[in-house]
Amino acid sequence: MVRLDWVYGMNIKVRIKFSKYGLMKFIGHLDVMRYFQKLLRRADIPVAYSTGMSPHQIMSFAMPLGIGLESDAEYVDIEITERIASDIAVKRLNEQNVEGIKVLSFRELPEGAVNAMASIKAADYEVSFSDAMAPDFSCFETLKDMYEEPRISVLKKTKKNEMYVDIKPGIYGIWGNEERIGMCLSCGSTLNIKPELVIKAVYDRLKIHMPEHALLIKRKEIYTETDGVRISLDKIGDDIE
Amino acid sequence: MGKQALSDDILLTVEKPARYIGNEVNSVVKEPGNGVVRFAMCFPDVYEIGMSHLGIQILYSMLNAFDDVWCERVYSPWTDLHAIMKEKNIPLFALESQDPLHEFDFLGITLQYEMCYTNVLQILDLAHIPFDSKERTWEHPIVIGGGPCTYNPEPLADFFDIFYIGEGETAYRALIDLYKECRSAGVSRNEFLHRVSGIGGMYVPSLYNVEYDAEGLIASFKPVYDDVPAVIRKEIEMHLSDTYYPIKPIVPFIKVTQDRVTLEIQRGCIRGCRFCQAGMLYRPVRERDVELLKSYAVSMLNNTGHEEISLSSLSSSDYSHLKELVDFLVQYAEEKRLNISLPSLRIDAFSLDVMSRIQDVRKSSLTFAPEAGSQRLRNVINKGLTQEDILKGASEAFLGGWSRVKLYFMLGLPTETEDDMRGIAELSNEIARLYYELIPKSERKSRVQIVTSTSFFVPKPFTPFQWASMNTKEQFLEKAHFVNDCMHEQLNSRSIKYNWHEADVSILEGVFARGDRRLGAVLKEAYKRGALFDAWTETFHEEPWLEAFESCGTDPAFYTSRVRSTDEILPWDMIDIGVSREFLKREWDNAINEKVTPNCRAGCSGCGARVFGGGVCFEA
Repeated sequence: MVRLDWVYGMNIKVRIKFSKYGLMKFIGHLDVMRYFQKLLRRADIPVAYSTGMSPHQIMSFAMPLGIGLESDAEYVDIEITERIASDIAVKRLNEQNVEGIKVLSFRELPEGAVNAMASIKAADYEVSFSDAMAPDFSCFETLKDMYEEPRISVLKKTKKNEMYVDIKPGIYGIWGNEERIGMCLSCGSTLNIKPELVIKAVYDRLKIHMPEHALLIKRKEIYTETDGVRISLDKIGDDIE
Repeated sequence: MGKQALSDDILLTVEKPARYIGNEVNSVVKEPGNGVVRFAMCFPDVYEIGMSHLGIQILYSMLNAFDDVWCERVYSPWTDLHAIMKEKNIPLFALESQDPLHEFDFLGITLQYEMCYTNVLQILDLAHIPFDSKERTWEHPIVIGGGPCTYNPEPLADFFDIFYIGEGETAYRALIDLYKECRSAGVSRNEFLHRVSGIGGMYVPSLYNVEYDAEGLIASFKPVYDDVPAVIRKEIEMHLSDTYYPIKPIVPFIKVTQDRVTLEIQRGCIRGCRFCQAGMLYRPVRERDVELLKSYAVSMLNNTGHEEISLSSLSSSDYSHLKELVDFLVQYAEEKRLNISLPSLRIDAFSLDVMSRIQDVRKSSLTFAPEAGSQRLRNVINKGLTQEDILKGASEAFLGGWSRVKLYFMLGLPTETEDDMRGIAELSNEIARLYYELIPKSERKSRVQIVTSTSFFVPKPFTPFQWASMNTKEQFLEKAHFVNDCMHEQLNSRSIKYNWHEADVSILEGVFARGDRRLGAVLKEAYKRGALFDAWTETFHEEPWLEAFESCGTDPAFYTSRVRSTDEILPWDMIDIGVSREFLKREWDNAINEKVTPNCRAGCSGCGARVFGGGVCFEA
């Protein structure tokens, strides 16, 4: 049996999950995009190109990761022109990867799947403190107390202005201990809460200045929502045999 | 996880932390110890500039191909990190291991332009290595310089233990073997340097005594020991198709100036332009085998994932198999969706055809480098390009759809008159006029855009103009204003944009290009007073330099505008590039007499480079 999309040369949508850690946390989002363009070429992945005057690889990242952050779950959607088995693609990509970027999965998206960027709804983070700048108060305990209250009002600065916003509706859960604070935060187009902002709220509440670069932040997972249930982005696709 | 010389806090504070972390694709990490010689290769400018340099990539891959050597990279910390390292006393480190430089066996510094000399001092300063060679012990690495500026290394003589004169492929193996031998035999550092002077191409500046006469001219320049050569002949790789090439070049994370695969197709230039130092230094022309180049191109693109490839040479149009190579690359690029860039191509039917295949004609511009505004002055500088060539090339281009032209000229060339300068404006106008004549109004998308730029001529060692007087800053600026006024007088002046460079940097370049070892004091003084990154307009300041000259009692004009006699002992006379002093003198006379000398393929002019026994000199 021959699949129609092979015959007609239709592109196959693929979602790649990767981790970013160690020295690679100093590489910014735009450079990670450039890195992936070159990585896909080195690994000889049959990536599809856009048409037009200056063709470029069809590629879209779920959500930029700020400089200084690590992640166990970054996502990029690409299109390929022919199927390649997931395990082979993962192996080839990791052979070409530097220490600090590791491809975790390479899965085909079902027809009509919303791209990663448009579908994100929430993300899990793990926050700890760099040794020299750990607080001398109980950050997690204070956060828990704060989370019991109906509103958590913080001063949010944008490029244009600053205003008080209630971030409580954007915090879906907190867990962990003083060493490692876990949190699930709203992200995407409607309400985007960064983990620094949550910890900053704790410092503000105690009227303590939060030193710069005090937090070590790791993104643990990114979720979309289907029928009101959060599922991680890599659960949408299927491995290619 | 990789080691970090800088804390997270520092890396998150500075601009572009990726400059300092290493870990790039194809960077080489080895296990230190077991007699591995540690070599730190430095380009004394910011990462994005240094990473774009092919020479460093060649040497890096060559040295790392040696099992007993680990070569790493170092670039100048930008001013933000510089301040932090000074304040916190953090020693400068190599990117791969993040180990401090003072733990290395060698610190190699490439000298690509004079305006990086204060950055050389910055490297030594931050690395905690004494500025002066004579104050160093075995506790410090051997500091070795290479690159085009080492053809007159004298202004830096105090700061380097060794200068490697010539092409890097040939003598490093012998140098490293000698180093290992001397270290295991426990000989002194000075004795090691003495023995180094016996290796071809090695100039050890501390082993030469310079005396000056009452006027400050060099009276004598002699080695201090009998077995130290009085003249050092440049090293040259005569087998370019059978030597090291970086087929796995390092791929930076951040966007660098040359973010592409670079294919060096040949070395040297047959043209013999009299102002051009590279054209003399790298004689004779040697080509790389075309089949080899094709295979290099494919491997390098596969190994890097780059989406662009560029050819590198002084004059690509003179490469004998250019058409075959370009046809191959164009086809390969179409298949793999790559871009090609072809700098230094003569504008003719072939190159226009190629360019129309590889780029968007409407967006790209054509570049001509007539260098001088009149045929008379072009004959003086031996620039073979005629007005007819330029107009023919331009008209073919206009008919092919191009409407943007860039023109490059120099001001301050020897014998230059007002007519020559006016010629710059007139030629720019003529090209604009040609466009309006050739392209009917209905087909014009917009006005033709001519961008004319002038730089100021700096006489360089080992050129026929090495004896010439350089203009003063005031003369330069006067000339630029004169050309600007002439531009306004042109009928098509609204289609022409004229740019000129700042003059103060050119003057400094002129001082150090033909300077002697007494300038070391000025450099140190300028660095102490804050001069750094002088090649960058945003960081260049004239004041520390003026103060440094003043406090050292040095007159810059001695090095720039003073007319040198052809009998004078020049600071670089101990170097032999194969091209003879007699030839340069002959060419200086020909220049004054406005006499053109044919290129190497049209006829041999007996420059002396035949002595190397190959290349264009022996083409059938």
